[in-house]
Amino acid sequence: MLVVVLSQLACAAVLPAAARRIGRGVWAVAALVLAGSLAWLLTRTASVLDGTTYTETYAWSPALGLEIALRLDPLSLMMALVVTGVGVAVMTYAASYHHLGHGREAGLLLAFAAVMLGLVLADHLLLLYVFWELTSVASFLLIAGRREGGDRQRAAEQALLTTVAAGLAMLLGMVMLGQAAGTYRISALLADPPPPGATVTCALVLILVGAFAKSAQFPLHAWLPAAMAAPTSVSAYLHAATMVKAGVYLVARLAPGFAETTGWRPLVLTVGLYTLVVGAWRALRETDMKRLLAYGTVSELGMMIALFGMGTRTGALAGAVLLLSHALFKGALFMVVGIVDHQTGTRDLRELSGLGRALPVLAGVALLAGASMAKLPPTIGWIAQDGALEAMLHGHITGEAWATAALCLGSVFTVTYTARFLQGGFAVKRDRGPSGAVEAPRPLFLAPAAALAVLGLVAGVGYPAVDALTAPYADRYPATGKPFHAELWHGWTLGVWLALLIVVLGLALHAARRPFSRLLRRLPRLPDAEWCYRRTMVALHHGAVVLTRYTQVGSLPLYLSAILITVVLLPSIAVLHEMPPLHEIRAWWTPAELPLALTVLIAAAGAAVIKHRLAAVLVTGAVGYAVAGLFVVQGAPDLALTQFLVESLTLVVVVLVLRRMPSRFTPASGTALGRWTRAAVAVLVGVFVAGFALTAPQGRQNAGPAGEYLRRVGETGGQNVVNAIIVDFRALDTMGEIAVLMVTALGVISLIRLGTRQDEPRQDASAQDGDGKDRSARDEAAGDEDGTGRRPGPDGAADPSDFPAAARWDEPREHWLPGSTDLLGAERSVLMEVVTRLLFPSILVVSLFLLLSGHYRPGGGFAGGLVAGQAYILRYVVAGAGDVERAVPLRPGHLIGTGLTLAAVTGLTPLAFGRPPLTSTLWTWHLPVLGQVKSSSSLVFDIGVYLLILGVILTLLSAAGTSLRAPVPQLGTGTGTVGGRRP
Amino acid sequence: MRSLDLTMALVVGGLFTAGVHLLLQRSLMRVVLGIILLGHGANLLLLEAGGPLGDPPITAGGPDVDVSAHSDPLPQAMALTAIVITFGVTTFLLALSHRSWRLTGHDEVQNDPEDRRIGDVAERADDDPTPHLPTDDRGDAG
Repeated sequence: MLVVVLSQLACAAVLPAAARRIGRGVWAVAALVLAGSLAWLLTRTASVLDGTTYTETYAWSPALGLEIALRLDPLSLMMALVVTGVGVAVMTYAASYHHLGHGREAGLLLAFAAVMLGLVLADHLLLLYVFWELTSVASFLLIAGRREGGDRQRAAEQALLTTVAAGLAMLLGMVMLGQAAGTYRISALLADPPPPGATVTCALVLILVGAFAKSAQFPLHAWLPAAMAAPTSVSAYLHAATMVKAGVYLVARLAPGFAETTGWRPLVLTVGLYTLVVGAWRALRETDMKRLLAYGTVSELGMMIALFGMGTRTGALAGAVLLLSHALFKGALFMVVGIVDHQTGTRDLRELSGLGRALPVLAGVALLAGASMAKLPPTIGWIAQDGALEAMLHGHITGEAWATAALCLGSVFTVTYTARFLQGGFAVKRDRGPSGAVEAPRPLFLAPAAALAVLGLVAGVGYPAVDALTAPYADRYPATGKPFHAELWHGWTLGVWLALLIVVLGLALHAARRPFSRLLRRLPRLPDAEWCYRRTMVALHHGAVVLTRYTQVGSLPLYLSAILITVVLLPSIAVLHEMPPLHEIRAWWTPAELPLALTVLIAAAGAAVIKHRLAAVLVTGAVGYAVAGLFVVQGAPDLALTQFLVESLTLVVVVLVLRRMPSRFTPASGTALGRWTRAAVAVLVGVFVAGFALTAPQGRQNAGPAGEYLRRVGETGGQNVVNAIIVDFRALDTMGEIAVLMVTALGVISLIRLGTRQDEPRQDASAQDGDGKDRSARDEAAGDEDGTGRRPGPDGAADPSDFPAAARWDEPREHWLPGSTDLLGAERSVLMEVVTRLLFPSILVVSLFLLLSGHYRPGGGFAGGLVAGQAYILRYVVAGAGDVERAVPLRPGHLIGTGLTLAAVTGLTPLAFGRPPLTSTLWTWHLPVLGQVKSSSSLVFDIGVYLLILGVILTLLSAAGTSLRAPVPQLGTGTGTVGGRRP
Repeated sequence: MRSLDLTMALVVGGLFTAGVHLLLQRSLMRVVLGIILLGHGANLLLLEAGGPLGDPPITAGGPDVDVSAHSDPLPQAMALTAIVITFGVTTFLLALSHRSWRLTGHDEVQNDPEDRRIGDVAERADDDPTPHLPTDDRGDAG
C-alpha cells in the first residue's frame, strides 16, 4: 500500500517537468496512474469485503512510538475507491478544462490524491495527522494557484488557517487519546477503547473540532464557499468528493469505538443536523452556481456527520451510501458547472437562460445528477435518503424526534435548492430571452461528468452492489432486529411516505419562490460565518499589533528586566516549595572575612551610583581586589592570584580605553519610575541570589568528585589540585576556554581597527610600523591622560611647546628603553624608564617561575601569562606601543596561534600512541646538578596556555595603540566624524 | 553539609544587586562594570556552593589524603576559568562600547527603532485589513 502512495507521489513530482514536453498529456498520465491504483484496489475488493484486512507496518521512529502503519478495511476501501475513481474522472475532465499550467495543476492534484489515499489507509493517529495536514497544504496550493488574484489568495489562506488551526486542536486530542489508551494504532484503539472519563471526552471533542473544520461544519464552514474561487476541477475533487470527506471519514472511523462516550452523540448530532439545515438554507440564497453547490456540500456533509456519528448500524449504512452518492452526484454537478462556465463565461443563475435547449446533453447529465441530489428514486441518493430516515426514525437515541424533524427540514431545502439550481441554470427565463448559440463541449470534456451521473443511476438500480460495499462497515455495529439493507424498495413504510412528502414540499417551496424570497428579505439574517471569520482575523491582527506595541518597545533595560524577573520568580517558587531545612547559620566563618566583605559591599554600592567614569572604574577595581582577598580567606590561593592579576589588567585596559571618553556618564534619561523599577529589579535579584547562596549548599547530596581529584593528584605529577584540574583532569574545558579567549582578542582587534584602515591610512601606517614620525596623532593620543575628559583642540594636535619647562625636569637623556624615543620628551619620565628597565626582566622571570611551579604551588599557565602580560603593559605605559612592538620578536597573532597549536598538539599526541586524547605522560630525569627532575606533558599544555594569554594581552595593547591614534569624534553633531566618513 | 555563612551570602547578594543595577543602565560602560561585578558575584557563589572551607587544595595525593581538610578544588578550577573568561568578555564589551562611542559620539544603548516600527504597523495605511472584508454576498435571488 505504501508503494502505491509513494509511486503516486513520485509520478506527481515528475509531472511538472513532463508538462514541458507533452503539455496536456500530463492529465492522461495522471488519470492512468490513478486508474492503476483503482485497478489495484479492485483486485483486493472482494477479499476485503469478505473480511480480510490488509496491513502493512514500517518502522519510522520506534523510540518515539512512531510507525507507518497502513490498513485496508471496508471503510478505507470505500474511501479509497472514491478517491481513485473520482480522481480518474476529474483528471480526464481537467485536461479539457485547463488552458495553462498543466504541469503544476496535474502534479498537485495527483500528489493530493496520493496523500488522501494515505490518509484513508493510515492506521496510526499521528500518521493520519501528517497526511491530514498534507491534504490541507495541497488544498492551499491548488486554491491559491500561481500568481493569481487576491481573491484566490485570501480564499486559500482562509481554508488553510481554518483547517490547520483546528488540526492543531485535533493533534492535541490525538495525543491525549493516544496517551490515555497507551497506543496510537487506530485499530487497537477501537478494539480496546480507553476507559471513558474526562480525558477521553476532552480528547474526542478536540478531535471532532478538527474533523468539523475539515468537513466544513458550522461554524467553521465559511472557508468552503470561499474556496470556490479555485478551478472547478479542484472544487469537484477536493471540495466535494474527497478532501472535505476526511472529517466525515474520521467520525466514521472513530464512531464504532467512541459513539457511546459522554458528549459524543449530542455534539455530533447537533453540529451535523444544524449544518444540514443551515447549509441548505444558505444554498437557497446563492446565485453563483458553484457557491450554491458548495453550501449544498456543507449541508450534505452535516448529514453524513450526523449519520456516521450516531453510532448505529442503520446510521452507518445510510452514511456510507450517502457518502458514495454524494461523491458521484456532486462531482458530476461541479463538472457541469465548470463546463457551463467554460462555454458561456458565466455561472450566475440570474444571467443564464435557455441553456437546456442549447446544450441538451449537458442538461440531461445535470438532471440525472440533480435527481440523485434531490434523493429521487431510482438513484443512489434515494437509497441514502431511505436509510437516513430509517436510521433517525428507529435509531433509539435520545431526541430522535427532533433529529428526524431536522433531517426532514434539511431534505426539503435540499430538494428546493436542487430545483433552483436546475431551473436557474438550464430553463428559459421569462424576463430574459434564451441565450444565443453556445458551443457544445467536446465529448471528452462532458464524458466524465456523464459517467459519474450515470453511475449514480446504475448504483441505484444495482443496489445489491452498493449494499455489498457498505454493509461490511455497518456490520461493525450490532444489528437490532432485522438488519436494514440498502434497497430501492422496502414497501410502503413511514420512511417512504416521508421521503415522498419531502420531495413534494421541496418542489412546492420552489414553485412559491417569489413570495418566499420576499419573506426571506424580511427575516432577520443569521450571523454570517464569513463575516465572523474576517472580523476574527482583523481582531487577531489588531491584537497582535497592540501586544507587540506593549511588549516590543525596543528598550534593552526593559527586556532585561523582564528576563531577570522571570529568572527570579520561577526558581524562587521551586526553592520555596522544596526548601531544605536550614541548619546552623553562622554570621561568618572567620573574622577576616568581615573587613573584606565590608569593602566589597561599599565599593560595589559606589560603583552602582557613581557617575564619574574613572571613579566608577577604580571603585570596581577595589571590588575585584577585595574579592581576591576573600578568595585567600576561603582557601583558594590560585583564584586569588589570578583575580589580582586579572583585576590589574582589566583596570589598565579600561583606563586605556576610558581616557578618550567623556569623564562622566551620559546623564540618565527616563522617568523616576523607570529608575525605581531598575533599582527594585536589582534588589530583587540580589535578595534572590543571597537566599540561593544560603539554601544551595544545604541541598547538596554528595561531595562530588573532589575527593577523587585530591587522592589522584599524584598521577598528574603535581600537587596543586586546581592546576591539575585545569591542565589535566579537565583539560578539554581549558582548550575551549583558550579558544574563546582567542576569538575575543580577534573580535576586539576587529572592532577597534574596523574603519581605521580605509579612513585613516596615514595613522594606520604609523601604527603598523611604529616609526613614530606621526607626531600629531601621538600628541592627540596623549592629550587626555589626566582622565578629566578634556579633549585636544579640533585640529587634534597639541604643540610640544605647550608644556612648561618645569614639566620636563625628568626628561631622560639616556636611551633606557628602545622605543621610548618615539614619545615626546615631555611625556617621558626618567624615573619610570629606569625602573621599567630594571623590573621588566624580573617580572618575566617571575612569570616563568609561576608557569613552571604551577604543578606544585599556586600559579600555572594562566597566572604566568598574565604576569608576563603585565610586564609588557608596564613598557606600554612608560614607552608607548612602539616600544612593546620592539620588545616582542613575534607578532601577537603568531603568539596566540603558537599557544593554541601547542595546547592542541599536546592534547592530540596521545592519540598517536593509542591512548585517549589529553592523557598526560610523566617523565623523570636525573640531571647532574639539579638531581631528580619530574616533568609532565601537561606542562607543555600549560606553556601553550601561557603563550596564548600573553598573545591576547599583546593583541589588546596593539589594539589600544591603534585606537588611541584615531581622531576623536566631534561630539554634539549626532554622528562622529569617523562614522560620517565611512564609505 | 556545611554551616551557612551569612556574610558571604550578603556579599554575593550585594554584588548581584549592584551588578544588575548597572546592567540595566543605558551607558555601555556602566553595563561593562555591571558585568564585572556580576562575574565577581558568580565566582563567589560558585565557591560558596562548593563545600566547606579548608586548606588550599595542594597535596601530594594518595589514598590517605584527608579530603575534608581541603577546600573543594573543582569550584575553584571553574571559578578560575570564569575569571579569565570574564576578562575576555570585559575587553570585548569595552571594544564594543568604544566603537559605539566613535561611531555615534556616545556609548548609550538606544531604543531599537525596528522594534518600535513593528508596534506601529497598524498606523500604516497599506496594512489596513478592513478592505478585505467581503462585499455583501448575501443577495437574494429566486
